Amino acid sequence: MVKFPTLPYLKMRNVKMGLYLNYKFLTMDALLSLQNLKKYYATQKAVDDISFDIERGSIFGLLGPNGAGKTTLLRMITGIFYPDSGHILLEGAAFNPMLDIEKIGYMPEERGMYKKMKIGEQALYLAQLKGMSKAEATEKIKYWFKKFEMESWWNKKVEDLSKGMSQKLQFVITVLHEPKLIILDEPFSGLDPLNANLIKDEIYALAKKGSTIIFSTHRMEQVEEICDHIVLVNLGRKILDGSVAGIKQQFKENNFSIEIKVGSSVSSNSIFTVISEAASKYLIKINEGYTVNNVLQHIIEQKIELIGFNEVLPSLNEIFIKLVEGTHAGARAFQKI
Amino acid sequence: MNKTWLIIQREYTSRVRNKRFLILTFLTPLLIVGLVAASAYFSVTGVEYRKIAVIDPNGFIRTSLKNTNQISFSFPANVDTTNYIQKGYTDILILPQFEKGTKSDYVLRSKKSMGLMLQESISSRINSAIEDQMLQDAGIQQNMLDSIHKASQVAELKAYEDKGSSSKESNAGLAMGIGYASGLLIYMTMFIYGAMVMRGVMEEKTNRIAEVIISSVKPFELMMGKIIGIGAVGLTQFLLWIVLIISLTSVALGFLPSDIQHQVSSLQQSNGQMAGGMMQASESAKRIYDFQHTISTANWPLIIFCFIFYFIGGYLFYAALFAAVGSTVNEDPQDAQSLMFPITMPLIFSYIITNMVTQNPNTPIAFWASMIPFSSPMVMMARVAYGVPSAVSYWELALSMLCLIAGFIFTTWLSGRIYRTGILLYGKKVTWKIMFKWAFKKV
Repeated sequence: MVKFPTLPYLKMRNVKMGLYLNYKFLTMDALLSLQNLKKYYATQKAVDDISFDIERGSIFGLLGPNGAGKTTLLRMITGIFYPDSGHILLEGAAFNPMLDIEKIGYMPEERGMYKKMKIGEQALYLAQLKGMSKAEATEKIKYWFKKFEMESWWNKKVEDLSKGMSQKLQFVITVLHEPKLIILDEPFSGLDPLNANLIKDEIYALAKKGSTIIFSTHRMEQVEEICDHIVLVNLGRKILDGSVAGIKQQFKENNFSIEIKVGSSVSSNSIFTVISEAASKYLIKINEGYTVNNVLQHIIEQKIELIGFNEVLPSLNEIFIKLVEGTHAGARAFQKI
Repeated sequence: MNKTWLIIQREYTSRVRNKRFLILTFLTPLLIVGLVAASAYFSVTGVEYRKIAVIDPNGFIRTSLKNTNQISFSFPANVDTTNYIQKGYTDILILPQFEKGTKSDYVLRSKKSMGLMLQESISSRINSAIEDQMLQDAGIQQNMLDSIHKASQVAELKAYEDKGSSSKESNAGLAMGIGYASGLLIYMTMFIYGAMVMRGVMEEKTNRIAEVIISSVKPFELMMGKIIGIGAVGLTQFLLWIVLIISLTSVALGFLPSDIQHQVSSLQQSNGQMAGGMMQASESAKRIYDFQHTISTANWPLIIFCFIFYFIGGYLFYAALFAAVGSTVNEDPQDAQSLMFPITMPLIFSYIITNMVTQNPNTPIAFWASMIPFSSPMVMMARVAYGVPSAVSYWELALSMLCLIAGFIFTTWLSGRIYRTGILLYGKKVTWKIMFKWAFKKV
């Protein structure tokens, strides 16, 4: 099903209709849809024509090196910045920062609290700013504090909390008003494994209940574990968009690990190249024009006893480094105006 | 609006519940009333006692150097500059033989140098004694002189301002006092509460809560909530001060001896005239009555209305600018100093102009300074104290108020735009030039 562009779209100048026809319009159940977002600062293009959809109930990874434009993108999604051009659709309708702000929970990377304020009052205040009534907010805070074993914290001040504790508090404040869209920027930094797991389980539970989660990080192993779908941005442009499994397939390099019986050995030949070997485990790359079957045939012909044979997919970390390396991405960080 | 209200509430309650606020609010009036009472007490009892030996070859000075509770004069025979300290005197006053037509000075030597006020009172007594002697030499009788002195002290300058048919007693000294005090109060308010707004914004920025809040409310709502909340704290503090000072003063007056209180109230009933058959009112009762009477000549409703208007208007005007500066400062509070300079300079200038205006409310500089919103809160208050419409015409007051309203709408708009960019920007040193670029760039 193709949804037709709304009227303001057609009025917009600089629109290439071809681009729209190619673009997949909300064919899935997209909670959030970014369309040709641009945000230019005086010295650089922070976000340069980025489009993607985020499916309802999914855990979405927004990745990119420092200064790639992630924060600018997130600030546009949270209504803090207006895009120079392009559109944000939330649940199919144009995003209205005034009304839709309450549907979003945002946990920025740089987390802040009023140091002198009591924790309970602070949570209440921030929940009320999100449009909850006082009674409703109190009830929810008590529920979450109990869940995270924070009940005794109510009258403590933030300055008395450890970094991990205040991070838990921050997470509670972010999800308290049951937002449809939860944006977490580096939610695990500074957490011990126990608390990190606690938060991770909550993230899964929230997604299961129908919340959509945008997860921004540069910790690739977490992305691989948690996210369904990722977008990689670099230098203000989207350079990768797809499911984690799909992207790994896309970037696979025909690498396999083979394990053979101790005492025998294989070496590079016309069918495959040995990349590395350790004891009787080999990492090989199948040469162009050959398949797994050719390799197996070769091993059998050599009368080598095969113990294990696995495809090696690149880690997201490797893909990330491969795509970003050499683009001087880091130099862009801290140059924003 | 609902969210702005939440922010105002937080800003207000978190400050009003603060111990420092409570201490400052309740100690300041105690301190002011205490200081006034103490200085009144010391002016009566005197702080030092001086015993002065007078060497007077003329003889006629003796009668006019009367002992007071601070000074005693004696006229010993065998005392000179070498031995007056051994003989128990604190000072020695040596008068020459006065002769008509020749100028001759008299000398005071002291163990400890004498205060200026005391010196002046001694020299005025001696000079008037010489004047009296000369008048007597010219043939005027002593008893006639005494009656002239007594009669001449009855009169004093009473200035009236003409308002069409009726005229009203005016008092330049009081106008100066009110103008100066309200100007100073507004000046202090700008600094104290403006800086409080700036620090509040800086706090939110440096501890990074700004981004959390701005994902819930608009930056402008956050800024306005803070400005209004802190302004309400300032108003609360002033109202408490006024209430406390008035009640403490009446408590302090209650400690006056009952006969003085009685005299003051009968003076009030008789409108300052000594009623026939009434006991002569004592000097202190007369002074208290005069003070109360002088205070009552001012147009208080107008002054209080103008004070509140210029307090709020001036506060909003400057607080917005302070908020803009606060939003651009990074971790280092030192950065704020240089950025604050363009805000504090007009404040200090206005204060200097106010000092001039309290003495002369109708110069061209007074007029212009009371129109420009940078200085009008202070300068116009100093002028309004001299009376509306006698010193300031109604159209001037109205125009000044309109300019101030337009002024704070403009600074709020300007600061809102600077704030929106500044509050989320870290790691960049900001100058006023950059701030203006932010203010006028497209959204």
